[in-house]
Amino acid sequence: MAASDTWTRWRYRYVPDHIIGEVLAKNWIDTLIPVVFLAGVLTFFSIELPGFLSGSNLTDIAQIYGEYLIIIVGITFVMMAGGIDLTVGSTFAFCNLAALLVINTMEVNLALGIPAVMLMGGAIGLVNGLLIGYLGMRAFLTTLVMLIIVRALVDQGLLDYGQTVMSGFNPSAAWEFMAIGHVYGIPASLIVGGVVALVGHIVLTRMRFGWHVMAVGGSRRSAYNAGIHVKRTVCATYVLSGMLTGLAATFYAARLSSAGTDVGKGLEVTMLTAAVLGGISLGGGRGSIVKAMLGAIIVLLVQNSLIRMGLSSGASSLVLGAILLLAVAIDVRWVKNRHKVLARTYVSPTYFKLPPLPDTAEGSGSDYALNDRLRGVEAIGLGELDGPEDVIFDDEDDLYCGGRHGDIIRFSAPDYARWEVFVHIGGHPLGMAFDREGNLYSCVGGMGLFRIAPDRTVTKLSDETNRSLLSVVDDSRLRLADDLDIAPDGRVFFSEATIRYEMYDWMVDALEARGNGRIICWDPKDNSSRTVLPSLQLPNGICVEPNGQSLLFAETWGCRITRWWFDGPNKGRKEVIIDNLPGYPDNINRASDGNFWCALCGMRSPVFDLALTMPSFRRRMVQKVARDEWLYPNMNTGCVIKFDADGNILDVLWDLGGEAHPMITSIREHKGWLYLGGIYNNRIGRYRIPDADPQWTSNADYWGKRS
Amino acid sequence: MVVDKLNQERIVLLTAIVLFVFFSITLNGFIDPGNLLSLVQNVSILGILGVGMALAIIGRGIDLSILSTMPVSAAWMLNLINDGMPIWLALACALAFVVLVGIVNGVLIAYVEVPAIFATLAMGIVVYGIGKAWLVPIDSVYIRGGESWFYAIGTGRILGVPTPVIVFAGVALLAWLFLRYLKPGRFIYGIGDNPLAARITGMPVRPMIVLQYILISIIALVAGIVTATALSGINTRVALSTMVYDVILVVVLGGIGLSGGKGGIRNVIVGTLLIGILLNGMTIMNLSYTVQNILKSVILLAAIVVDTLLNPRDEQTAQHGDI
Repeated sequence: MAASDTWTRWRYRYVPDHIIGEVLAKNWIDTLIPVVFLAGVLTFFSIELPGFLSGSNLTDIAQIYGEYLIIIVGITFVMMAGGIDLTVGSTFAFCNLAALLVINTMEVNLALGIPAVMLMGGAIGLVNGLLIGYLGMRAFLTTLVMLIIVRALVDQGLLDYGQTVMSGFNPSAAWEFMAIGHVYGIPASLIVGGVVALVGHIVLTRMRFGWHVMAVGGSRRSAYNAGIHVKRTVCATYVLSGMLTGLAATFYAARLSSAGTDVGKGLEVTMLTAAVLGGISLGGGRGSIVKAMLGAIIVLLVQNSLIRMGLSSGASSLVLGAILLLAVAIDVRWVKNRHKVLARTYVSPTYFKLPPLPDTAEGSGSDYALNDRLRGVEAIGLGELDGPEDVIFDDEDDLYCGGRHGDIIRFSAPDYARWEVFVHIGGHPLGMAFDREGNLYSCVGGMGLFRIAPDRTVTKLSDETNRSLLSVVDDSRLRLADDLDIAPDGRVFFSEATIRYEMYDWMVDALEARGNGRIICWDPKDNSSRTVLPSLQLPNGICVEPNGQSLLFAETWGCRITRWWFDGPNKGRKEVIIDNLPGYPDNINRASDGNFWCALCGMRSPVFDLALTMPSFRRRMVQKVARDEWLYPNMNTGCVIKFDADGNILDVLWDLGGEAHPMITSIREHKGWLYLGGIYNNRIGRYRIPDADPQWTSNADYWGKRS
Repeated sequence: MVVDKLNQERIVLLTAIVLFVFFSITLNGFIDPGNLLSLVQNVSILGILGVGMALAIIGRGIDLSILSTMPVSAAWMLNLINDGMPIWLALACALAFVVLVGIVNGVLIAYVEVPAIFATLAMGIVVYGIGKAWLVPIDSVYIRGGESWFYAIGTGRILGVPTPVIVFAGVALLAWLFLRYLKPGRFIYGIGDNPLAARITGMPVRPMIVLQYILISIIALVAGIVTATALSGINTRVALSTMVYDVILVVVLGGIGLSGGKGGIRNVIVGTLLIGILLNGMTIMNLSYTVQNILKSVILLAAIVVDTLLNPRDEQTAQHGDI
């Protein structure tokens, strides 16, 4: 092996490139940007400003932060629903004036006064909500105009009541507590703000209203089609925002008892900056309360510090405006290009070297020499099936197969001309097996492991397994359960092809050549699933050997078949019995003579084998070339092989030209016939095996003759 | 037939005439030549800015930074002149500044794809901040005299017509010619009507948007010069006022739909007349500043509501995230 090859092998074994793509695919990556920004801001100001982290400064900040939190929760709801609320600045001033008037001057009880002020804010929000939600007006302009209307009202109110307000004083202890009180050093406003944020988070992520809000923001039309009251939801978000702004204003009123003309001026821009900086997207659907909280603390720290640094009002507004622009620019570009970045980085090829390709030429004397024995096999359900990945028979000789539409279809013996939908599960039923009691088990691609009783009741057995400790992608969920077999004690061993790709993308996994798949064991005793063999190269066919202690599994991209003992004296041992297959093995099943059948779904080609040794080439291909032009393994021709328990190839069946069975994914011997399934085929093939036992059935071989 | 002819433009024109007649009869001193002169002068500045805003709105954009660009650029220019710089050089500096602002606006909107209303709102803050921090540290800059044709822009008369009105007419005429006869002008209509279709047709959508915002900034500078010379000084705090909504009011009231692609310079002129008469009338009626503000903003809200009802959002061409 050349030195450069060794280097490449080690480099791709030990540098986990795939983590970059997996991290970028995570939802919390959006939150990472503001967190980094916050860290930067904290570092910068604690170096620049002595006393930045001192107690008194923090108390000041905490009080204001509480008020900001209350407001920004409302804004988050509005923005998540696809709107924007610029009226907050004026609503804040309006409610501040109202709170001073009602609580301070008229000395109304707080329990009445605060709800009254919140209702006033809610009323302003209602006007916004009616105009935007029900009349379909543009949120930005409408709330902007409402901003100046309410501001004008406040100015008028200040002229009328400015003096009265100043002279008022409410001696209530609760009012004082709102102003200066704190619990364990946490100011009252921050406590309330925290509660509001917590409730907001729960509503947004766990409750019906929050889900409606996110659905409307994510796609208005789809939300409407799904029966959500879009207009009402939008309207409600503005009312909520108005009410919360009112609540925040009461804290401000309690704290400062002042009603100047500049109260709340620019608050709308501050809040907008905070929300966008936190990563709440303009246009809705993306964001969270946590992001809003992050954004608010960043903006508050910057504002507070700029003032302390003695910057002029012009310069600090310049900085805020610039941050706003930067945040929006990043947000817009990120939302637009996220999937492109992901597409460029997610596929992460590694080094894999296969031995030289075995010869398959006709007359070469090779085990795999071409022949035409599958030419002219009988077809079952021709043109009526769509993707029968696996085929299986029950005790009455009826034939079952899966289909792309999520059905399991049953053909009636003996001529298999009549068929019916046995059950509809969804997903794409792939591998199948019968247990001792005659229940049908099936791996359903995209869903998990299912059991279908003879009376057609469907039971979900497993759709998750244990989460591995260091995996970035959530590997507890089953994405692509593929084939299964059942051990004598009822344990089900099933393969999951890949944890990195969904069903529709499974072939992209070939470009990685990493062990992304695994074998999982479902135990009927406690109905639990555990991963028993991780990191396999697209594990596919599984066949429990007659000894009941070991199984054979095929790794499609590894081109090998391995024996693994799950029980008995050799428990845990693993040995490769065939490597260097000329093609990509799929399902394995028992043959009547004690040997095994295996379908090769595609054949290797020298070009792709070479590409597997050049990970950087494949990475470049993924990044530079359109998806349709990528180099994939050849899946247009396949064959069936028969091998014995030692891995000797006994027989091979080809369909030259691949007219009837180009891609064979499964084989099942039944009463002297071999049945062929194909995941992209429109039929099931039926091949008469010469000299086979005409009474042999798989069920009898597994479970003995049933009476 | 009558209904056909009663489009928004005519309704507004009619309202303006009725209001004019009404004020002339009921309000003392409204018809006074001095008052009419000041009306026309004030209205001219609003009208010039309105032409700029019209360019933005026809192209399905909006420019909220116009009211920051105007005072900051004009005040900086006066500052430079007061420091002894030749007028032409100061003018060139101010021109370079506004072109830069326009380019930044345009690039943000066209290339970074920030919604126009958002980009220009933030740019307004940034431009005002730059002005306060570096260019014009004090609020008000005054003209220190000097004899030049330049100072006559705001105060002079040509054939008895005040020069601001002539400038307004000139800007309106140029904008009309631009929109009517030049390819970029036609493109702006196309982009405003359906940006995606415009792009597929092969129009250079992005460069056109940048050009559009550069033109708007230049118009803002013109308005700034007229204001400064008319009032012999300019106050940068105009940027913080709600005047930009007056400008939007002029345009929307005149009948240029916010959904873009519709209307023309005539609508601006009509809208300007109505607002001018209204503002002047309210001032003479001695309504307080705050009451005027409430009235104006409520009228603006009503105008937008009517606009929404008349020109509903086109769900086919409205983009997701259009806010």
